[in-house]
Amino acid sequence: MQFGIFSVGDVTVDPTTGRAPSEQERIKAILAIALKAEEVGLDVFATGEHHNPPFVPSSPTTMLGWIAARTERIVLSTATTLITTNDPVKIAEDYAMLQHVADGRVDLMLGRGNTGPVYPWFGQDIRQGIPLALENYALLRRLWREEVVDWEGRFRTPLQSFTATPRPLDGVPPFVWHGSIRSPEIAEQAAYYGDGFFHNNIFWPQEHTRQMVALYRDRFAHHGHGTPEEAIVGLGGQVFMRPNSQDAVREFRPYFDNAPVYGHGPSLEEFTEQTPLTVGSPQQVIERTLAFREVVGDYQRQLFLMDHAGLPLKTVLEQLDILGEEVVPVLRKEFAVGRPVTVPDAPTHAALRDRTPDAS
Amino acid sequence: MATTSPLTLAVVSAGLSQPSSTRLLADRLAAATSAHLAEAGREVQVQRHELRPLATLISHHLLSGFPAPALAQALEQVSGADALIAVSPVFSASYSGLFKSFFDLFEPGALAGKPVLIAATGGTARHSLALEHALRPLFAYQRALLAPTAVFAASEDWGGTGDALTDTLPVRIERAGAELAALAVAAASAPLSAAPALPFAPPPAALSPH
Repeated sequence: MQFGIFSVGDVTVDPTTGRAPSEQERIKAILAIALKAEEVGLDVFATGEHHNPPFVPSSPTTMLGWIAARTERIVLSTATTLITTNDPVKIAEDYAMLQHVADGRVDLMLGRGNTGPVYPWFGQDIRQGIPLALENYALLRRLWREEVVDWEGRFRTPLQSFTATPRPLDGVPPFVWHGSIRSPEIAEQAAYYGDGFFHNNIFWPQEHTRQMVALYRDRFAHHGHGTPEEAIVGLGGQVFMRPNSQDAVREFRPYFDNAPVYGHGPSLEEFTEQTPLTVGSPQQVIERTLAFREVVGDYQRQLFLMDHAGLPLKTVLEQLDILGEEVVPVLRKEFAVGRPVTVPDAPTHAALRDRTPDAS
Repeated sequence: MATTSPLTLAVVSAGLSQPSSTRLLADRLAAATSAHLAEAGREVQVQRHELRPLATLISHHLLSGFPAPALAQALEQVSGADALIAVSPVFSASYSGLFKSFFDLFEPGALAGKPVLIAATGGTARHSLALEHALRPLFAYQRALLAPTAVFAASEDWGGTGDALTDTLPVRIERAGAELAALAVAAASAPLSAAPALPFAPPPAALSPH
């Protein structure tokens, strides 16, 4: 099982100081967080993609390329890559390029994006979100798998005799996860292709996560990719930890109360009870995370959101130390207990290469 | 047979004061509807939903994107009811903000085909068209099946006989209750909408090869 972190990439005021980092401070902080993730033994770093303030990561492969050069082992991913408003031709090329730069340590998670104006800014229509995701991904797959593509569709100009370059490393396209909170069409899309399905699991009651993952597993089997237990599932989650849970609550409360995504609604106590947000001791995080298995079954990838709510870099790095030293080692051991041997690992480039007959 | 099972009648009341004339009107409408359903040989289960105690949870849902358990239960019961009575006080020439916020939380289609009786209270009968220009379009947007009679109760309606040339409040309550009961019985035997109460739509045909 893989453990990692994902960053939304928001620039948020630290409510305890009243100060927001500059764009460059925030971008450098995200890069430092990614390096720290490898240092503390995590498996995956994923960055968001946004095209509106207060978010900074508009160009994920620029960041991931830099991180690739400074790391050895960690898998670089996205959360999410906008399959609706990006040109699938550019996604095919950018991520194949990143594969070569990163020696295959690349996968990506596709999402639609829910910011209305981003669609027209990129020449699209949000009401076509699902059809865009379906058509663009169908083209993306062909661009990675077929040397020469002739193509015609609804949403971009036709292609004649087009070859996306560079070709995927070793002839093996990056593994793709499809992220969705509540669109069954996307669970179906992931299942249809035998791709991974990621539920961000962070702002919704667990019943939604359970239903979406169950639908994906069921349809994965229906489409002949294996048993429901062999489907590839990833979950998000967000935590704040201190050795003493009272200290964690006290320190995180002003961040929770003022964060654009959490604040001014339910209390910290209500929110932690009704969502997977865990604020407490490492042991509480371990117990809460292990319980996700009861909701979705044995799964392949757990990503934590750590740099949220305007927390300063120093604090986030401390959080990553706790995560890497005290939480993930226990999770690795405990998630392995009782895990059927038939449950696969999340596909890596090496694993996909070894099972592709014509890969070099 | 479905005709022997009790019908559920959800009654949503957005009055803020206690006691509330909005709740009073809601109760009268529920009683009238229940009586007509009983005449038609149908048992009825009335589920009352006062919005005042849910007000904080409603605003939390607007901000967090998910309902707390007590609110989730109310939304589920209203979505699943065979008929709905929705009563708001008139504030600034329209439904109250709390009333609108509650109905903003329903998924598109969640009330489709549902028999709905709308009603409102206010200080003067000069506000009565708020029912027609605010509440009726709100439920028409939700594709609900609206009773033709909407009941407005002004302060003066609670005493006296009113204008001799118009129907008094009890007559209007009676007529509206009869209409809702008839719609509820008809809709229960032949639903207008198969809209599921499930949060998820079926998978797209476009992807499925079978």
